[in-house]
Amino acid sequence: MMNEDISNKLDALGANIIILPQSDDLSLSYGGMSIGGVAFDTQTLKDADVPKIRQIEVRENISTISPKIIGVVQIGGKKVPLIGVLFQEETRLKKWWKVRGTVPKSQEEVLLGNEVAVKLFKSTGDPLTINGKRVRISGVLDETGSQDDFLILGELALVQGLLKKPGALSLIEVSAFCISCPIEEIVRQISKELPHAKVTAIKQTLETKMEALGHFKKFSIGISVIVLLIGGLIVFTNMMASVNERKREIGIFRAIGFRKSHVVRIIFLEAFIIGLIAGMTGYVLGIGVSQVIGPMITGTKGLRIFIDPLLAIGAVFLSALIGILSSAYPALHASKMDPTEALRAL
Amino acid sequence: MSLIEINTLSKTYESGEECVLALVDVDLKIEKGEFVSVMGPSGSGKSTLLTILGGLNHPSRGEVVVDEIPIYKLPLERLADFRREYLGFIFQSFQLIPYLTVIENVMLPLAITEKSNREQVQMAEGILERMGLRGKERRLPDQLSGGEQERVAIARALINSPPILLADEPTGNLDSKTGKEIMDLFKSLNEEGQTIIMVTHNLENLAFSSRTIQLLDGKIVDGI
Repeated sequence: MMNEDISNKLDALGANIIILPQSDDLSLSYGGMSIGGVAFDTQTLKDADVPKIRQIEVRENISTISPKIIGVVQIGGKKVPLIGVLFQEETRLKKWWKVRGTVPKSQEEVLLGNEVAVKLFKSTGDPLTINGKRVRISGVLDETGSQDDFLILGELALVQGLLKKPGALSLIEVSAFCISCPIEEIVRQISKELPHAKVTAIKQTLETKMEALGHFKKFSIGISVIVLLIGGLIVFTNMMASVNERKREIGIFRAIGFRKSHVVRIIFLEAFIIGLIAGMTGYVLGIGVSQVIGPMITGTKGLRIFIDPLLAIGAVFLSALIGILSSAYPALHASKMDPTEALRAL
Repeated sequence: MSLIEINTLSKTYESGEECVLALVDVDLKIEKGEFVSVMGPSGSGKSTLLTILGGLNHPSRGEVVVDEIPIYKLPLERLADFRREYLGFIFQSFQLIPYLTVIENVMLPLAITEKSNREQVQMAEGILERMGLRGKERRLPDQLSGGEQERVAIARALINSPPILLADEPTGNLDSKTGKEIMDLFKSLNEEGQTIIMVTHNLENLAFSSRTIQLLDGKIVDGI
């Protein structure tokens, strides 16, 4: 559905839940890069924890799970932070990455942040030796303005090996999105699965996501209101023309004893029926067109369009209501027509 | 008391600064069972008289009393009810609804009554049979001849069994043979007790009516 697709798009804003090892004295600042001095020995997160997150009740709301290991290595006498990630997940979260070269595709390759590359005088294709292992630099990140500029990034398993901590994780970033439930619920459920970890929601990211979605909703509502107004106006002019064309007919109705209220009812009934038919046609056409146009606009393949029966009924009745409201004045006008004028022949 | 009493009835039409006197102090009584022809040249006020009698045109002065009801003192919606219960209209050029079938046109005045659909169909079929239109119930008006359309219009006017039948030039659009047939039909309806008021130009029609009223410049000059 649209919301789902938008939430996928919004993942580009980054993760919104961070899972850290449970530790009282740990003050790890991944963003600010003050990872030095972090007690890495308090590793309590493992590779095995990742599938557990996938088992929570509201798992369909989790879009990306990105486990990471962080350490510091000495290269040419310089201390450089080394981070192990799953590139497949990481690239989903960090859509803004521009790589000169490619993202590592094997355990023999690493990716360098811009600053690190400059500091180490390295560029794409150069070899690099980390803790005695010789790897190839498959690519260098363009400047991102974030912590990524100061990192060496490698496949998770490679870095775990280099840091001699197989199976260990420093943190897990999760990108979750839930339209109907609060993020706290997702946090609570993950905490339940991982009692040894500290699960924190990054509110700001989520709020940005919600805000973006809110703007989009407002925009959609605005467009809908304009469409409804235009639709109402079209019904109004058509009904007015139809009533004027049928002056004679309305005159006959009045002459043979129809009350004004009967004439109003006839016009309303007509508007209601036309509105119903228009609503049904519009809904079916709308569904059909969005199947074709939807993926073009959102740039997503396989966008699913659900048929919500409540929405369908609502749309059809809204259309009928617009028909009736827009016909109020034409109906009144018709009921006030002078029957003798309408039946000039008399 | 007469079925219809018209007392000092006047109607003035104002168009801009001009003031047209359509009817001037008309007094008229029509008894139950009469067949009255209204004659007069164009602009003499015949049509105005018919629309006022038909409860469609408020007079400028005077009153119209039908069956002891001063009809123009009724609220507008009640006046519509009066038309439905007391009057059957036969309009010039038939005025059938083109997209309704013959039987639907005839049933039209019943559409706003409490009668069940089945009852309405039965009544319409009965009156159509009387009009000699059996087998043509499902046709559209434009699939009928002029005489047949006139009969549908008469059937529609009679379906409510109204005490008064108002007809405006009922033979105006028919050839003389068909016109005579229609007048024969009117005559037989009148003989059964139907009160008929007919506006006509055709002198031949006068022979069928029991009284002729001559109008000239908004005044009755003969037939009071």
